[in-house]
Amino acid sequence: MDITELTVHELQDKIKSKELTVSEITEAYLNRINDKEPEIDAFITVLKEEALAKSKEIEEKIGNGEIQSEYAGIPIGIKDNICTKGVKTTCASKMLENFVSPYDATVVENLNNEGLINLGKLNMDEFAMGSSTENSAIKKTKNPWNLNTVPGGSSGGSAAAVAAGLVPWALGSDTGGSIRQPASFCGVVGLKPTYGLVSRYGLVAYASSLDQIGTLTKDVKDSAMLLNLIAGHDERDSTSMDKPKIDYTEALKNDVKGLKIAVPKEFYGEGINAEVKQKLQEAIEKYKELGATVEEVSLDIAEYSLAAYYIIACAEASSNLGRFDGIRYGYRAKDCKDLKDIYIKSRSEGFGAEVKRRIILGTYVLSSGYYDAYYKKAQKVRTAITNKFEKVFADYDVILVPTSPVVAFEFGSKSNPLEMYLSDICTVSVNVAGLPGISVPCGVDSNGMPIGMQLIGNKFQESTILNAAYTYEQATNFRAKYKPQFKK
Amino acid sequence: MQVSEEQLLHIANLACIDLDKNEIDSYLENLQDILTFAEKVNGVSTEGLDETIGANDKFNVFRKDEIVHFSDTEALLQNAPSKDRGMFNIPKVIQ
Repeated sequence: MDITELTVHELQDKIKSKELTVSEITEAYLNRINDKEPEIDAFITVLKEEALAKSKEIEEKIGNGEIQSEYAGIPIGIKDNICTKGVKTTCASKMLENFVSPYDATVVENLNNEGLINLGKLNMDEFAMGSSTENSAIKKTKNPWNLNTVPGGSSGGSAAAVAAGLVPWALGSDTGGSIRQPASFCGVVGLKPTYGLVSRYGLVAYASSLDQIGTLTKDVKDSAMLLNLIAGHDERDSTSMDKPKIDYTEALKNDVKGLKIAVPKEFYGEGINAEVKQKLQEAIEKYKELGATVEEVSLDIAEYSLAAYYIIACAEASSNLGRFDGIRYGYRAKDCKDLKDIYIKSRSEGFGAEVKRRIILGTYVLSSGYYDAYYKKAQKVRTAITNKFEKVFADYDVILVPTSPVVAFEFGSKSNPLEMYLSDICTVSVNVAGLPGISVPCGVDSNGMPIGMQLIGNKFQESTILNAAYTYEQATNFRAKYKPQFKK
Repeated sequence: MQVSEEQLLHIANLACIDLDKNEIDSYLENLQDILTFAEKVNGVSTEGLDETIGANDKFNVFRKDEIVHFSDTEALLQNAPSKDRGMFNIPKVIQ
C-alpha cells in the first residue's frame, strides 16, 4: 500500500482500524516529498522537523484521549498567501521573502484546533496574480502529468502537490479561477466556495471582493470534509456570512435524478479546444444517463466578465498592495535618501513584473478622468452578470462549463499578458458574481493531460455542486484510470 | 483610449513605482492591449443598474467597540526592516 495515494477519508479509516499510525502517515509524506519534490518544486517551505514533532505529539494525545478529532494527525499543505504563525508567508514575492506572520489565519486556526499537521507552504503566482505559477519569484512548479508544462495558477503549488502525492490535500485561494484552473490542469478536485462562506482573515489580500479560500483534494468527499473544517462565520472578516453550520459530506447522495443542469452554449464556442469540448460532451451524456435533466441555455457573459474582472481585480489590488511600503514589514531597498525614496525603491525592486503591471492598471482605472469609464462601468456590469446568473438559477440547479478552454500549456508559451488573462475566461464570472464553483477531472486528452469540468452553483449551494460532482466521480472513477506520469 | 508615456509615468508615480526604459516600453504596449480588451464592458447595457459594491449584500457590519490587546510586540517587530527600541525606524521626516 502506498500511503500517499490514499485520500484523506481512506487515511481516516486506516487510522481508526489501527492499520496506520499518525506518525507513519507523516513520515510517508515526508519521504515522498524527499523523493519527488526536486522534480515538482511545489513547496516554498517544507516543515519537516516541525511536522515530525507534531505527529509524535498528536499520536500521544490520541493515545491518552486528549484529542478526539477524526482529523487529528492528517497532514495538509497550505498556499503561501495564507498566514501561519511563526512560519514564513512569502506570497512567492521578493517583497515578503522573509515575512513571518505574527498570527494564524482563521482557517489555519481551525486546522490547528482539529490537530492537522502542516507539511509546508506551497508555491503560487506572486500575490496570486497569474494563471501558471510562472510569476512566482521563488521557483517554477512543474505539472506532475508532464514536467514541461505549467501546473496552472495561481494555486499551482497546491494543485501540483496534491496531484504528485506530496500532500493528501491542500488549501488554495481563488480570485478569478486560481483554485479551479490549476485543479483542472493537475487532474485534482478544486472547490471555490461562495464569497463569504470562508473567512478571509489572514489571507493576504489581492482583490478583497473576489478572493476566497478553498480546497484542492484528490476526490470530492475530501473536498466536502475540508470545507467542513474551514467554513463558518468569523467576526474578524466583516464579509463572512453568519449561516448555520452544514455537514457537507451529508450532501453526497450519489444521486442526481431530477437535478436540472444548464449548459450555456457560449462557453463551448470559439477558443475552446476540441478535445476539451469532446470530454465535456461526454460528461453531459453521463449526467443524462445518471438521470439529470440537461438543457442548453444562453449565458452570454464570458468576455464581459473577463473585462470587468481585470478592471475590478486590478483596482482592488492597487489599493490592497499600497500597504507594502518597506516600513513595517517586507522588503526595504538600500540607500534611500528619504521616506518617498523608500516607498518607490522598495516597491519597484520588491514587486515582480506582473504585480507592477496590475498595480499600474488598477491605479489607471481608478484615476481621475477614467474612474467612470472603467471602474464604475465594470461595477455595473458586475450587477448585470449577477442578474444573468440569477435568471439561470431560477430554472436550474447547476451550470456545467469547462474549467479551462485548454489543458496545461508549456512553460513560456504565453508571453503576452493579455493572452494569459484569456485563459481565465471560463472561471472569472463565478468570482464576479460571488458564486461557488468546483472543478472535477473528466478525462484526459490524446497526450494524456487532464481535462476539468466546472460545476457552478447558486450562492451557498455548495451541497448541490458537491453532490453533482460526487455522483459523476463515482460513476466515472477518474483516479482509478489515470495517474500522473512525471513525464519529462 | 490611447495611453501616452507621460500618462503612464504619472500613474506609476501615483502608485509609487519607478519604471526603467524597458518597462516603460513593454507596459505601454501591455496596458494598451489590456485597456482595449477592458473596453468590452461598454458592450453591456447597464441602464438602470446599480454598481455592485460587494459580492454579498452585507451592509454596515457592526461589532462591540471593545479593545483587544495584541501583546506579542516582538513578533510584530521582527518583520521590520529597521527598528529601534521597540519602534519602526524611518529616515528623518521633519527637517
